[in-house]
Amino acid sequence: MAADQNGQRSLGEGAMLTLCNISAGYGSFRALFDVSLEVGAGEAIGVVGPNGAGKSTLMRVISGMLRASSGELVFEGRPLTHVPAHRIVEAGIAHVPEHRRLFARLTVEENLRIGAFLPQARRHYVERSEWVYALFPRLLERRRQLAGTLSGGEQQMVAIGRALMSKPKLLLMDEPSAGLAPLVVDQVFDLVRRIREEGYTVLIVEQNLQQVLDVVDRAYLLEVGRIRLSGLSAELKKNPAIRKAYIGL
Amino acid sequence: MKNELARRLGALVVATLLLALVPLATSDYALHIAIQILLWGFVYTAWSLMGKFGLVSLGHGAFLGIGAYASPLLWNYAGLTPWLGIPIGILAAMLLALIIGYPCFRLRVVGHYFALVTLALSQVALLTIVAARDITGGSLGMTPKAVGHSWYALQFPEKPYFYAIALAVWVFGILIWHFVDIGKGRAALDAIAEDEGAAAAIGVDVMREKLRVTLASAALTAFGGALLSQYFMYVNPDTLSGIGVSLQIVFAAIAGGMYSALGPTAGGLFTIALPEILRVTMGTNFVGAANTIYGALLVIFIIFMPRGVIGLIESRLAAAPARKISKEPAA
Ligand SMILES: Nc1ncnc2c1ncn2[C@@H]1O[C@H](COP(=O)(O)OP(=O)(O)OP(=O)(O)O)[C@@H](O)[C@H]1O
Ligand SMILES: [Mg+2]
Repeated sequence: MAADQNGQRSLGEGAMLTLCNISAGYGSFRALFDVSLEVGAGEAIGVVGPNGAGKSTLMRVISGMLRASSGELVFEGRPLTHVPAHRIVEAGIAHVPEHRRLFARLTVEENLRIGAFLPQARRHYVERSEWVYALFPRLLERRRQLAGTLSGGEQQMVAIGRALMSKPKLLLMDEPSAGLAPLVVDQVFDLVRRIREEGYTVLIVEQNLQQVLDVVDRAYLLEVGRIRLSGLSAELKKNPAIRKAYIGL
Repeated sequence: MKNELARRLGALVVATLLLALVPLATSDYALHIAIQILLWGFVYTAWSLMGKFGLVSLGHGAFLGIGAYASPLLWNYAGLTPWLGIPIGILAAMLLALIIGYPCFRLRVVGHYFALVTLALSQVALLTIVAARDITGGSLGMTPKAVGHSWYALQFPEKPYFYAIALAVWVFGILIWHFVDIGKGRAALDAIAEDEGAAAAIGVDVMREKLRVTLASAALTAFGGALLSQYFMYVNPDTLSGIGVSLQIVFAAIAGGMYSALGPTAGGLFTIALPEILRVTMGTNFVGAANTIYGALLVIFIIFMPRGVIGLIESRLAAAPARKISKEPAA
């Protein structure tokens, strides 16, 4: 179901993922201040903002890599605030981390196999890997190659494929277009579109505002650890402040 | 996977049967060397369970020492049979591994830092044993009370008995090695060795996997230590604990090849033969020579032969029929 844009629901109800007043940081440094956001099942949501805004930190909090210092995180009605990372994957959230972080000295196939590490995913390894190879035929050709020797675009495919191996309900993508040539960036966004069409819920962090707003339903603008603005993509595209600061028009 | 398992088991059974015939044909001296190679090979194999996943421990001297001292101490002072003393020593080593491992893994102490923390551990163990000289005999070592041939005391003056025990234990170690190598934990440990954070993001319980392999490695090492002291009927802190022993373990596993099942045992061949040769050729003039040679060779191996002797032979054999560009697929 599509979420309504004014976010008037009570906590966790209806939405697949709800963050309520999440704060987090590193040591004494605070990177997120009372961030609240919602992702409805089937939605594609963007989080945009400048370097150092805390976007990756936000993703790390959701995937359990970093513990929130306060606030609540609810996924499908289940509180996940103090749940370790591997349990969050079990719950159905997969994270495509910033800079891909492949297992460089393992092959493409081994990377995918590790993506299906959880027992329920391991049982469906064959179907899942066939499905991922169908999504990225390029990887099938390269499946015995060491992941570290792939091109940037191919590595991104492995990173996404590896996350999809766990059959997640929600896919977190942290700057999938970073460091790629414009043509490859287009391909990555096509991919995101296809993953959406397959019925996945997607939360995507991007600097590439123009393109991400074409893919997502709604987006949040994060600046120095706070949500500054949120709304439907179409509205944000028209917002003069955003156009001026981020799209350069 | 099933075929791979059958192939590996088959090879192991054949090797074991051949080795079981050794006592029929050889002298006591040869058996003495063979027993040491098997027992140390077992210890080196135990170390490589961690080492091949980037968990380089320089603290195995401590686990070995605990295993080696626990059963003689319990036997001499409490009259407890090694059948209980050895498991107690193993549990103590596992407890120590947990006490060191848990905070290290929680705080993400990896790589060189992990090696340093564990290095300190092996020295602390050595100093503790020496300091408790009233009961351990300090640096002079101690001897379990001898009772002659006895299953209850696990003492056998006749070499073939210990040879049989050493062979069985060694086979057990190799089985565990294969079990870890083709088990499902393998993928997780490979992933952790490559990138801990990414592994966690994929659903690997990093803490559990690391602790599991660390505890297994510590337990087997302590077991090896216990059998070494039962065999020699003598324990001494320098030969069964401390940094020197830790280095010997690391050297043997790397030189032999920690990525191959038989690699660590091949390392045993080397670390047992080398001091023997030095002893025979130079007498007792160069007591520290072996450690110096290990250190120098270790550097050479790490640079030129990181997969060890057996790893090199394996890759030569594999490369002969078909040259492969990429890595061999996991079974
Ligand atoms: N491991 C860390 N230790 C300390 N501070 C960190 C750490 N990771 C991030 N930070 C700080 O937290 C803030 C937010 O970082 P974060 O990586 O979330 O930004 P971002 O929005 O993802 O930026 P970018 O677009 O450049 O990836 C930054 O000021 C950064 O320096
Ligand atoms: Mg970032």
